[in-house]
Amino acid sequence: MTIQFRNETFRNDFTYANSRSNIPRFPFPFPEDEYMYSTNMEPHMAMRAGSPFENAFDVDEHYVAEMQERALVLADDPGRCQALPHMETAGWDFLELVMVSKARDYPDLFTLSIDGDRWHWINKPLQINDRFTFGDRSTLPCHPMEYIGRQVQGDHAILDQRDGNLWLDAGIITAQADWSLDFDIGMNFFEWHAPVPLAHELGVFQRALKFLLSLPQGQPSRRLNWTLTVNPRLDTSPENYPKWGPDKLAVTPDNIGEKIHLRVELQTFWRLPRSNAIVFPIRTYLMAMNEVVTQPKWARRLHRVLRDLRPELVEYKGLSRYHPMLVEWLAQFDDGAPTSPGIFPD
Amino acid sequence: MSENLIEESIISRPTYGTLAIAPGLAHYFVADASGAECVIRVAQAAPKDFMEKVHILYVPTPGESALITALYALGAKRFEHMVSIDDAVAKLGQWLSEAKMGSQLYLAGTEGLIGKGVAMAEQCGLDHTAVHCEHRGSLARRVQCVHCKTMIEDVTTQPTKCPSCDLLLLVRDHYSRRLAAFQGVCINAEDPSEQVEIKEVFK
Ligand code: HEM
Repeated sequence: MTIQFRNETFRNDFTYANSRSNIPRFPFPFPEDEYMYSTNMEPHMAMRAGSPFENAFDVDEHYVAEMQERALVLADDPGRCQALPHMETAGWDFLELVMVSKARDYPDLFTLSIDGDRWHWINKPLQINDRFTFGDRSTLPCHPMEYIGRQVQGDHAILDQRDGNLWLDAGIITAQADWSLDFDIGMNFFEWHAPVPLAHELGVFQRALKFLLSLPQGQPSRRLNWTLTVNPRLDTSPENYPKWGPDKLAVTPDNIGEKIHLRVELQTFWRLPRSNAIVFPIRTYLMAMNEVVTQPKWARRLHRVLRDLRPELVEYKGLSRYHPMLVEWLAQFDDGAPTSPGIFPD
Repeated sequence: MSENLIEESIISRPTYGTLAIAPGLAHYFVADASGAECVIRVAQAAPKDFMEKVHILYVPTPGESALITALYALGAKRFEHMVSIDDAVAKLGQWLSEAKMGSQLYLAGTEGLIGKGVAMAEQCGLDHTAVHCEHRGSLARRVQCVHCKTMIEDVTTQPTKCPSCDLLLLVRDHYSRRLAAFQGVCINAEDPSEQVEIKEVFK
């Protein structure tokens, strides 16, 4: 299957959209009609051809545009990509994981030839053709994490494991749902999660950390997380909050279907072989409400989830200004019929 | 000022205990004027030979000398007073880089002093179990403006105006030990015409 890469933007004129055939493969995040935080982790196994769970690192029609968007963010604010000094080996581990996976899963787009420590990498969509010495920083234009991070959709955090905790010691974070790498770098699992309401009290983070500390190599895990974003804007960083905050006031009952986007993060967890670190890809998918409601099951379920969402989550996810308006708008698509279990459309 | 003024809050927001001697080969104290009495209290309760292993860095409030005299009189192996917290913490870095294994660090005073001392100890590779803190004095916060990255010292109001980019910042409880700072995020970004009353809350 060849992918037609879309020419589109995530800022200013916001030309981003999903093509018709891309809509059903959206990772809709709700397996049930209600939602609350839980330790929702499962093995990251290949499943359902055509879905975002088919390959290790999903490549879709937005790939090229997302990489252009990342380059714009990094040019504006180099602090979105940072690594503490001890994280270079983990950067190489991460580079290897991505290159090997992409060359295996998308041989018509990516090729990797390895001759001892002499590597040759070809990325056709981005027109990159580079030879370098694996492990030798001077043969790459930048840190290995940045080099490969500019060629893979989604933000990436790399966690060092020590003292029975995970430490957020490196990352390339340009498409975040309102958190700052520059502020959080160096924190441990509980510290960077500190602002999240209710989940600490429910034991969600204690269980999740325990699970991750014993994550074996070769057995990645995944979970879905979600929020809503006005306009298909990837860079909703706290740094740029004055730029995207006012968007929320522009939502009206007439434009709500095109303005509000369901923003889903497909998060995966991979143990890295040399550094024993964990790489945490946060792959963001955006879909306008008008696109979501083309799938009747999703429309019904989203209405129910949002209507019954705990006020603490409405507030934390930053939905307060338009939440009632959205629930009312979604109600027209909910006839009260039962929905089938699981996230996939009927 | 009374002890334990800091309310329970989110997990990244630090809380502090009360200083007491921990077993160690060398003992480093850093205090400002509000923490001086903690150093004196610990020293007075200590066994006889303790002061031979003690190194003190002190940041007086300008013009004050009584506490300098009192601390000097404790008879520590080394005692220096510095004009600012930053100077004292830089000096601490030098001392710790020459320090023996099994050294203990005691920080007493305002959160700014404690935060910077903790960050320096971490940078010098001191184990966190060897760092002891007692909070005294003002609750003024050191705040990083998340927008322009300016560090704002001694913030006492909620919200607070960033002196550099002029945005009105909500001072969050989210705290970075590495930066020794709380996070400041624009409070009226969604509707800049919104007027927010500025109140003195971190006294
Ligand atoms: C190990 C890698 C992980 C990293 C780097 C990470 C990072 C983050 C960050 C930066 C936030 C935003 C916090 C803020 O408001 O500032 C967050 C939110 C959250 N995280 Fe994680 N996280 C990780 C793993 C997990 C796991 C395994 C779980 C499992 C339950 C989890 C559950 C959550 C939840 C429930 C939220 C709130 C999300 C929302 O309501 O939008 N995280 N995470």
